[in-house]
Order: sequence, then structure tokens, then C-alpha cells
Amino acid sequence: MSDATNSGPVLSADGTPLKRSLARALRRQKMRALMLIAPLLIFVLVTFILPIADMLWRSVENQIVTNTMPRTVVALADYDGASGELPGEATFEAAYYDLYIAAERKLHTRLGSRLNYEQTGASSLFRKSGRGLDDIGEVYMDQFEDLDKNWDEAEPWAELMGDPAWLEAQGKWQKGQTQPTFKASGAIKELLPRTAEQYALFAEFQQVDKDKSPLREEPWSAVHTALYQDLAEADVSGYTGPQADLLKAADALVASPDFETVTFKAGFEEIDEDWMDPEIWVTIQTYSPELTNGYFLNAVDMQKSPDGAEFRDERERIYGLLFKRTIFMSMVITISCILLAYPVSYLLSNLPARSANLLMILVLLPFWTSLLVRTSAWKVMLQQQGVINDILVWIGMVADDSRLTMINNQFGTIVAMTHILLPFMILPMYSVMSTIPPSYTRAAKSLGATNWTTFWRVYFPQSVPGIGAGSILVFILSIGYYITPEIVGGTTGTFISNRIAYHISSSLNWGLAAALGTILLAVVLLLYWAYDRIVGIDNVKLGG
Amino acid sequence: MAVETQAIKRPINFAAPTVGGFGAFFGTFVGASNGSSILGILAGFVIMAAIAYVLLEVLDTGMEKSARWGLVALMVVAGFLLGGIPGAVVGGLLGWFFGWLIYWVGMGRYRVPLPPYLTGGQVLWHYTFRVMCGAIFFFLVSPLVPVIWLSFNAQDFFTITPEMLRFDPEGYSFKHYRDFFTSSEWQQALRNSLIIAPLATFLSVSFGTLAAIGLSSEHVPFRRAIMAILISPMIVPLIISAAGMYFFYSRMGLQGTLFGVVLAHAALGIPFVIITVTATLVSFDRSLTRAAANMGADPVTTFFRVQMPLILPGVISGGLFAFITSFDEVVVVIFVGSAKQQTLPWQMFTGLREQISPTILAVATILVCISIALLTTLELLRRRSERLRGMSPG
Repeated sequence: MSDATNSGPVLSADGTPLKRSLARALRRQKMRALMLIAPLLIFVLVTFILPIADMLWRSVENQIVTNTMPRTVVALADYDGASGELPGEATFEAAYYDLYIAAERKLHTRLGSRLNYEQTGASSLFRKSGRGLDDIGEVYMDQFEDLDKNWDEAEPWAELMGDPAWLEAQGKWQKGQTQPTFKASGAIKELLPRTAEQYALFAEFQQVDKDKSPLREEPWSAVHTALYQDLAEADVSGYTGPQADLLKAADALVASPDFETVTFKAGFEEIDEDWMDPEIWVTIQTYSPELTNGYFLNAVDMQKSPDGAEFRDERERIYGLLFKRTIFMSMVITISCILLAYPVSYLLSNLPARSANLLMILVLLPFWTSLLVRTSAWKVMLQQQGVINDILVWIGMVADDSRLTMINNQFGTIVAMTHILLPFMILPMYSVMSTIPPSYTRAAKSLGATNWTTFWRVYFPQSVPGIGAGSILVFILSIGYYITPEIVGGTTGTFISNRIAYHISSSLNWGLAAALGTILLAVVLLLYWAYDRIVGIDNVKLGG
Repeated sequence: MAVETQAIKRPINFAAPTVGGFGAFFGTFVGASNGSSILGILAGFVIMAAIAYVLLEVLDTGMEKSARWGLVALMVVAGFLLGGIPGAVVGGLLGWFFGWLIYWVGMGRYRVPLPPYLTGGQVLWHYTFRVMCGAIFFFLVSPLVPVIWLSFNAQDFFTITPEMLRFDPEGYSFKHYRDFFTSSEWQQALRNSLIIAPLATFLSVSFGTLAAIGLSSEHVPFRRAIMAILISPMIVPLIISAAGMYFFYSRMGLQGTLFGVVLAHAALGIPFVIITVTATLVSFDRSLTRAAANMGADPVTTFFRVQMPLILPGVISGGLFAFITSFDEVVVVIFVGSAKQQTLPWQMFTGLREQISPTILAVATILVCISIALLTTLELLRRRSERLRGMSPG
């Protein structure tokens, strides 16, 4: 290297240019670091980030309406709910076929409870309709059966509808094998399109959901309804395929004036008067898109209406109140933590190390004690027959029959959570205060400042970062607290998180729970961002 | 530097009213429980001022020890007459306190730890501040005491019974501890906790340590973003994590399985491992690994023989954090787990909500003991790590 005669690029030991060699080494170093991080990163992504993304997705996802009632959603596309009129017969027809298959698959109740979040009564309406839809089809089914018993048999139907190749394959099928997918015969598909579609749905349901052969199951009444509709329009005289006589006889029956029919609209009216109210159709139409902001509107006490989003009735607004209460109580808790933590941190950072360490144990002991232990401790302390009330009664401050109510309200939550979160305030405050040099205050005093001025103008400004760090930490923690408010909060001291838990486990309105969670998450991330700007995430310290 | 402040005997017309003031304060409560608090205030002031006068002026100050014991005995008797056995206990404590107070104030001992130039107001503020801090420490620690006391209750109550107040042996028993050790539900919960927490800790410590080593090398692309993702389980409120995991794990078929709970808890413990281990690695001397490599050790050997022993305290304390996170966690396990994975905190949570039996308090006492043990371990580790850091150069 030392012979400077070589004016070319500097070379490394193996002859490659040093620059490239260094770049390669750097790249290798980066790769190695990433390889070390990768397993954990993937682990966290799968076990934690994806769940959070799933929650965000659920707060806007709304596929259930289109998935369960695809035809109705299409039929309602041009419906104008504001006119106050009912949708046309075509919509009722679509709703009939949609709900029929949904009821067979037992999905209609799920859709009912989904729509019930938006319109009360939808749940029972759908449940009732699931039972009542058969009445419409049975009108036709009974008449076809009276004409010919074969209309109530599995095999003639299959022969009529199925493609010969499928019929043969299905005939050989035995339980345990995969079933051949139903294929309608070409002539029938052209002649009786509705029937073919309904029969295909029926066959798929039997094969996939029930694992039964369509050759042995008689079709359900929706197929008979479709058959009537097709026969009323089609001319089957030219049909020569299997079961042609059967079909022609049915066609003659439908054409005869004695044949009893019922409109879909009348059928729905028979099931429940509510179907004659445009409101339910408007609701279905409003919530038909696959993405919805409905859960978010719900989470801020609003609802969709034909004229856009609007606030709910004064009486029905609960989430605004809950959010306000959560923020208010978190602020009270944060402030009381500041007030209690400041003197203690000051004392700890000004005592000699030995006694400070000893006193620090008093702070760390509750910090390390199980959250439930501390919560149960407060239950023991605060309840009506609890320790504090006992002492107050014993020293005569409170009469035995007028013991204070300190639990199952906001007071209980605030006291218990202040106690639980106090170490999170003391620790960052302490770490900031112990870096403040005592010479500053001495200098201020020797320059003639009073004790108060020294504190307020010299010491306090230097301790503000500690207050900021601790406050944000405590606020973030308290805003999402669940366990303590649940146990000591009663009804007036609960937080938004209790409502989220309620929607997940009791009311099963997961979309709303996800929307509330998303809002809460947004608030926390905003605060976290502020924390990062003020303190820096690398400065997070853990006790001790 | 240190200025010696001498303890000088204070005039009695300062000491007696001061002690009397304290007497009035306690007299309020004694008076209130016996009918009239005004009378209590007056009596407290007069009695205590008088005692102070007797002890400081009439008796010889050399008789301090016997005078103080005499006061304790006097107050025990007075307390017993007024309030039975609990009264006697409180009386004894008050007697000890006043004995100390009278000589502390009267002999000017309160001045000793302070610089001699402080004004009276500053001295007063100094001690007021100390008392305030003492009250806050009391607030921090005292709620744990009744839990421990009540866990020995012979009755199935969450409240202190009259027998317990009388210190009647009948009022105390170990039955809640027996309950805990014999009830199959609690034992199952304990077993679950002891299975889930170590597994989750193992996962987060092994992944976390590797990643922390990767993160602490000098050239890591997207360091901040990666750090933010890895720390996020600590930032996101538990209820949101629980909700998300519940939705996602039920899609994956992990909801209600032990594996699912372990994964969830491992994710929650990871930030603690990352933070503590990266903090330890900051002071780790990189030339040691280079030296090892130079002497022919392969990276695995270097890691286990050189780096690991030095960062072990950080790894262990990160592991402890992860362990306690999992061991103490309720929200996520309630949603991700099923009845089969019921852990100790979950069992306590249901017990607290339904107020079934004070067995919870026995469990709580055991947990307090465990946390004291953990705290001691951590403190010892911290000292060891400081010692090691002091030894390593740079």
C-alpha cells in the first residue's frame, strides 16, 4: 500500500478496489443484522400486527349483506327510498330467492342481527321470515304434487334438470367420495332458466353442506316456485328430453285458469307486515356496499339516513358520553398522579443514594405486584364494609348507617387507577430530576432568589420533561384500561374499553367493537407520536 | 463541608404547645369515637402539653428511657379502657410516638440533620414536606397490608370481623390458603399460568435477544420503523390487542387453544426484552467480539462464550419482565383463551367480579411474596450488571 507510484484506485488485500470491498462488507453487515431481526419481525407481524389490521378491516367490512342477499342488492340498486314507496315485485322476488337459500343455510339470522344494529326489529323480522318463506312456495308445490306425485320425488326432478353425464356420475357416487358438480342439461337451462338456477343452488347445498346426493332428496319449494314462474312464460311444447310428459302436464296446469298463484309481495305481507314498510328496504339498500362507515358513525353516535349521516336521538347517544368520560377520567388520573409523584420524585432525587434506593423499593413494590392484587386491595379498602369505612366509623367521623359509597363509581376508579399508575409517573420524573444539577438552585439562592423563585424559575422548568413523559405515559395507559374500571367502576366509572369488551363478548357486534377500538387506537397513536417527539422512544426506561 | 448543628434544649413554652398541638390532632378522633370531638381536641391538647411539661421540666432528662416506657404503658392502659384491645394497640403506638416526639422537639434534636442557618419557617417546611412524602409512600404501600391481613380471615368475608380486631385466635385461620392448595380449579389455573408464562417467556427472550443484537449493530436499515413495530405491543392498549387477536386468531383457528395464548403473550412480552437487552448492549464493548473472532472463534461460539455472559443480566431482567407480563396478564387471555386455558389472574378476575370467596386474598398474598422475591432478584442483577460495566473498558 505504501508505494504511492500506483495512481489507480486503492485496492484491498485480494485485489478488488477498496471501495467496492468496503461496500460489500457493509452490505453483508446489513444483511446479517436484518437476518437476526427477521424472525422476530415476522413473529410480531403475524401474532400482533395482522390481528390489529384485522380489527381495522372489520371496522369497515360489510360483506354480509351482499353475500347473503346478492339478487336483492342488485334489484334495489335503483330504488329510491325517499319516495316512500315500496320497491317493485322484482325486488320481492329477488328477496324471496335470496332469503330462501339463506334460511336453508341458516345465515338469515346472522344477517338479521347485523341489520338489527341499524334498525331495531330487523333481527326478529328475518327470523320470522326464515320460517314463513315456505308458505309462498308451498302454494305451487302442493298444486304440482296434486297433479303428479313425481313432482315430490327426487329422481324425476334430477332426470329432468340434470345433464346426462352428471346424472350418471352422481348415480355412481358413494358416501365419502367427492361429489360431481351439478350441471343442468342444455335444453332445460334455455327453457327454464330460473328453475335451473334454483335447482343448481339446491343441488350444491345438498352436496356441499349436507353431503347428500341430490338424486335422493326432493327439491325444496323455491324450485317449485321457479318452475311456476318459468312455465308461465315459456313454451315447452317443443321439449323432448327426459320427463317431457311430466313437464308438459305441469305446463298445461299452469296455463289453466284454476291454477292458484300468489305474488311475492303478498307472500311477504303474509309473513310480516313490516315488509310493507319501506324502512327495511332502505336499510338493506343503505348497508349493501361491501365497505361501510356505518360502524364508525355508530361509534360517534350517528346513523345513516337518506339525507346522509345525522346524529342519533339525544337519548340514544352513549359513545360520545363514554369517550368524553374516558378522556376526562384519564385526565383527572394523570393530574392526580402528577401531584402525588412530584414531591416523591423530588425527595428521591435529592436524598443520598442509599436512602433513595431504600425508598425506591416502596415505589417498585406496588409496581411489581400483580395488577389484580392491587385492584382487589382497593376493593377491600373502599367497599362499604371496607377498611376505610371501618376506620372512619371507628374514630367517629362517619355514622355506621351512613357509610360512604366509594366504590362502583368514578371515585373508586380514579383512586384505584391513580394508585396503580403512580409508579409509571414517578419513574420517568425521577430519572429526569436526578439529572438536574443541584448547583443551579444553589447559584440561584446565592444570587438572592427566594426559595419559591428558585423552585419556580430554576428547578421546575428543568423538571418539565419528566412531567411530560410521565403524563403521556400515564394518560396512554389509563385511556385503554379495562380490568380496574370493570371491577371497581360500577356503571358510572367504566371506560370505553369496557364497552368494547361488551360488544365483543356479549352483544357480538364485532364491527362496532372494531370501530370503537380503531378510534381509541388512533388517539393512542397520536399521543404516542407526541411522546416520541417530546421524549424519544429510545428513552423509555423500565423500573430499576 | 458538613456543618454540625448541635441539639439545644428548646424552651418549654415552645415544646409543650407543639406537642399539645399533636395531642389535639389525635384527640379529635379519640373524642369523636367517644362522643364529642371538641372535648377531644381540648383534652388532647391539655393532656399532651402537660405530659411534655412533666417529662421535660419535672423529670430529669437523663431518665428519658424509663419515662418513654412509662408513657407507652400509660397510653396502653388508657387505650384499653377507651377501646378494648384495638384501643390498647393504638394507644401503645401513640405512646411510643409521643415519647419520641416530646424529646425530639423538646431537646431540639429535629435541628440536627439540617444546616444551622435555616430559619424556623424553612425547618417547618422541611418536615412538612417529609410528612407529605411519607403520606404518599403510605398511599402506595398501605393498600397491600389489609389484603395480607384479611387473607388469614377465618370467615368467608372480604371484611374485617370483630374477632380479627380483638386479635382472637378464633378469628384467624389458614383456611383460604388450604382452599387454594386443594381446590382443583385454582390448581388448574396455577398450572396453566406456570405452563403459559415460561413458554411465552422462552419465545420472546429467544427471538427478542437475537433481534436486539441485530438492532444494535451500526448499520440497520429502517431502524426506527422496525423498532416502532417491535415496541408496538407495549403501546397499543391491551383491550385493542385483545380484540384484534380475538378476531384474527378465531379466523386462524387459534382462539381457545393453548398455543394461541402462548403466541399472544409472547408478542406482549417482546417489547420488554427488546428494550432491556438493547439498553444492555449499548454499553457492550464490540472489540470483545472482534477479538474473539480474531482468535478464531466462530460467531456461534463468540455469541455463547463472550457476548452472552456479558449481556446476561439484561437478558434475564428482560425475561423477568416478559414473564411477569404473561403471568399477570388478564385481558388478552380472557379473549384469546377458553375455559381450558384459565390462568391465575383470570380466575382472580372472575372471583373478584363475583366476590365468591376470599381465597383470592390468599392468592394475592402469595403473589405479593413472589413479587418481593422478583424485585430482590432484579435489584441484585442490577448491581451485578453495574459491577460488570464498571470493569469493562469504555
